[in-house]
Amino acid sequence: MLARRIIPCLDVRDGKVVKGVKFRNHEIIGDIVPLAEKYAQMGADELVFYDITASSDSRVVDKAWVSRIAEKIDIPFCVAGGIKTVEDAQKILEMGADKISINSPALANPELIKALNVRFGQQCVVVGIDSFYNKDSGQYEVYQFTGDEKRTQKTAWTTLEWVKKVQQMGAGEIVLNCMNQDGVRQGYDLEQLKLVRQVCKVPLIASGGAGEIEHFTRVFKEADVDGALAASVFHKSVIAMDELKNTLINQNVEIRPC
Amino acid sequence: MKIVIINTECANMASLKFGIERLGYQVTVTDDPTVIKAADKVFLPGVGAAGAAMQIIRKKGIPELVETLTQPVLGICLGMQLMTSHSQEGDVECLNLIPGKVEPLLAEGLRVPHMGWNTLSKISDSPLFAGITEKDYFYFVHSYCVAPSAHTLAGCEYGQLFSASIQHKNFFGVQFHPERSGVSGAKIIKNFLEMPT
Repeated sequence: MLARRIIPCLDVRDGKVVKGVKFRNHEIIGDIVPLAEKYAQMGADELVFYDITASSDSRVVDKAWVSRIAEKIDIPFCVAGGIKTVEDAQKILEMGADKISINSPALANPELIKALNVRFGQQCVVVGIDSFYNKDSGQYEVYQFTGDEKRTQKTAWTTLEWVKKVQQMGAGEIVLNCMNQDGVRQGYDLEQLKLVRQVCKVPLIASGGAGEIEHFTRVFKEADVDGALAASVFHKSVIAMDELKNTLINQNVEIRPC
Repeated sequence: MKIVIINTECANMASLKFGIERLGYQVTVTDDPTVIKAADKVFLPGVGAAGAAMQIIRKKGIPELVETLTQPVLGICLGMQLMTSHSQEGDVECLNLIPGKVEPLLAEGLRVPHMGWNTLSKISDSPLFAGITEKDYFYFVHSYCVAPSAHTLAGCEYGQLFSASIQHKNFFGVQFHPERSGVSGAKIIKNFLEMPT
């Protein structure tokens, strides 16, 4: 049976892995390649690297580290951040990434999703969505440029409409970052993920809020997501990968053992 | 041992090359017919859409070359699918090295693409699968598949049973990505490289 995926996420800035709380106040966690190797050996099913500076300050970011990761690890990994064109994506895939994830550039130009799909195949094309629950409107709303708090802005899209749109354009997977939950370890946004699951026919990855093992159990069992992404609980060793996976297996969640 | 990855200009060549090198072997990426013919083991990688890949392969004269090869050849993912006679993905004639056809994966009620780690079933005693059991997980990413047949070396279940691996004569194919399947995947690559020629 297809296993649910546990996906450590490494936010990258200037070649270092960093982590912020609610997308803010980033602190350095360590070097990319040794951390990537460590997670692969611990039993992670996949890794995501977000170059968090790339989209928001529009400079060309040196991605030489992608090749160094591909050389060392034997599990799939996805690179996100600053991919604005088919050529950008091609460079990263040629360096050995398995998938590329786009977020703000897809909002600026939804046709980019289709162009990437046609050139590299649906399986390569991940769309990341930063979604914020607006208490006043009662809506989940899509934000862009969340890597830089000065430029973070609300878009005209509701999350559910954008999820439908990106699938029409050819996305192969969706990572839903629930911004209200990010970095605070209070649990995944089950309510939102359940809603999105109903309209999401491609693999759906939950992101934002993991704080304890039970949060993973619940997101798989209640929201039926294909993967769960987390950062701080792994970086700060709050949760051990083997304990997490063994617990999930005991709870009858299909998981690849460590 | 001379190991060659045929340069199909697709995306997973770097990761396949690294995967082979991690096992301590040297490998050449090339589309030079002389070098490919002289190799002991040949990899045919592929990622993306069948039509685009066949176009690149035809332009390089690879179909005529590959059918003359007698050493073990391993197609990976789309590379495996291209070894069959035909793909419904874009209605494309393929290399016709292994009997079979590529059809859309019918995973009723499940998500497509089939993306992630899955186990194998009905594993044959082929040397390619030496030491592999139904408990080992492999990384799959695909929306099309080859139906089970007499040429199937191992199956995989996702809404339907399909071929995780096929073989005919010296031509082998795996639907999953051994270069991205951890220790189990490395074992498959090693088995292939250590296979008698």
